[in-house]
Amino acid sequence: MIVVKNICKTYKVARRNAGFGEAVKAFFHRDYETVTALDNISFSINDGETVGYIGPNGAGKSTTIKILSGILTPDSGECLVDGRIPWKNRIEHVAKIGVVFGQRSQLWWDVPVTDSFELLKDIYSIPSEVYRKNRDELSELLDLGDIIRTPARQLSLGQRMRCELAASLLHSPDILFLDEPTIGLDAVSKIAVREFIVRLNSERKTTVILTTHDMQDIEAITKRIILIGKGKILLDGDINDISGNGDIDRAVADLYRSYEI
Amino acid sequence: MKKKSGQSKISAVKVYFHYISIKIRCMMQYKKSFILTSLGQFLSSFNAFVGIFFLFRRFHSIAGYTYSDILLCYSVVLMEFSLAECIARGFDAFSRIVRQGMFDRVMTRPRNEILQVLGDNFEPTRLSKTVQAVIVFVYGTTHAGIDWNLLKVLSCLITIACGTAVFCGIFLINASFCFFTLEGLEVINIFTDGAREYGQYPIDVYGKRMTRFCTFVIPYTLVQLYPLKYITGKSDELILAFIPLAAALFLLPCYALWRLGVKKYKSSGS
Repeated sequence: MIVVKNICKTYKVARRNAGFGEAVKAFFHRDYETVTALDNISFSINDGETVGYIGPNGAGKSTTIKILSGILTPDSGECLVDGRIPWKNRIEHVAKIGVVFGQRSQLWWDVPVTDSFELLKDIYSIPSEVYRKNRDELSELLDLGDIIRTPARQLSLGQRMRCELAASLLHSPDILFLDEPTIGLDAVSKIAVREFIVRLNSERKTTVILTTHDMQDIEAITKRIILIGKGKILLDGDINDISGNGDIDRAVADLYRSYEI
Repeated sequence: MKKKSGQSKISAVKVYFHYISIKIRCMMQYKKSFILTSLGQFLSSFNAFVGIFFLFRRFHSIAGYTYSDILLCYSVVLMEFSLAECIARGFDAFSRIVRQGMFDRVMTRPRNEILQVLGDNFEPTRLSKTVQAVIVFVYGTTHAGIDWNLLKVLSCLITIACGTAVFCGIFLINASFCFFTLEGLEVINIFTDGAREYGQYPIDVYGKRMTRFCTFVIPYTLVQLYPLKYITGKSDELILAFIPLAAALFLLPCYALWRLGVKKYKSSGS
């Protein structure tokens, strides 16, 4: 169970105009602007639910994921993930969650994927029998086969993403955060990733929170979407209410326009 | 961390060595690069040794120190520095880690941040510098004409361990600054590479003020000048044999600064 209540988060951003002179000026005196990333965000997510977290670039999606996964501390507000405050007891918290950043790898580049898995086994203190069971199950579900004996740098993006998913699930987390997991993937890999997430959710009852710009991801994986724009939650509801069984991309674009985000 | 029934935690030491094993496996993928880098590392600091050697062909003592005193001093400091560089390479490369967002990944893993940063950035090629340090050390200690006994050996080992800790502490300060400035501060290199260079000679050849600074601000003298006084037999005060232990306390403020940096990172996320 994830409960988020009135979370606020601001960043300080240094701004300056173009040009060398301006750069020199900024060196001595910097104009900081406060940018509100999250403005009074509240929602709750039940165990075993899948939620699509959508919004335009810079809306605050990653900031929310970072707060929920214990990387960032919010300025104010409360947040409980299965009774834990993520940023208070970081180590205890992250042992029970999995995080996949679509644009960043967690595999060691120059060694076969299976070597990375073995290291994760030690990092997460996964008991050997649980590790073997999870690895074999995930290998089968994600069709990893020989892939895990290949160095990560020689994998295609699609193959690598499937390995990333397996890597973040070896320790059987209760909650899985996916930050743009299908970015840059071809059609076949996208479908494989989507089908896997659906299966994971129905079989292991893993709570899945997914951010994406690909509306087909949302359609395939989740019923519930949370729409965020300019740091505020604009909509929290069923995907069918929005699309009305029409073109979902267009429906979401209309939605963005109607909220002027 | 609380232990759960039926699930024992794998020790941090084991995880650290697992990291190192992975890093060595990574290195071995690039055979030529590994050999050439190791060789380069090996040769790069050899010239300092040659410098001392030729200096003493002309002069027989510097500020009352003989060739063998300087040799011992040089080999001990080189040993401390190369071990620290090998262990704490992750702190040295830390600005890159923060800027590329790799610290986020560190934060999402249930292990101490320092363990992950050090393990993940262990540099096997730096070991060749340590090999060189060992060669110079063996040459230095055997040619320094020291009357070795058990206590002196012990004191020497403590000196090296604590000296490594002091250098690691300075690397840690440099890394902690990255949380605030994003770039490492080059000025810190005065205290790392610089210390390796001027640490070739017992600090008191540089005068009183320098000695004071290197005792009370950054405790170099405690891992160099004072214990070596005992080891070379210039003084027989027993406290000098164990004084390096006090230098290890230097790690405490360094660690406090690091905690502060992590806290800052959690609130600004950059």
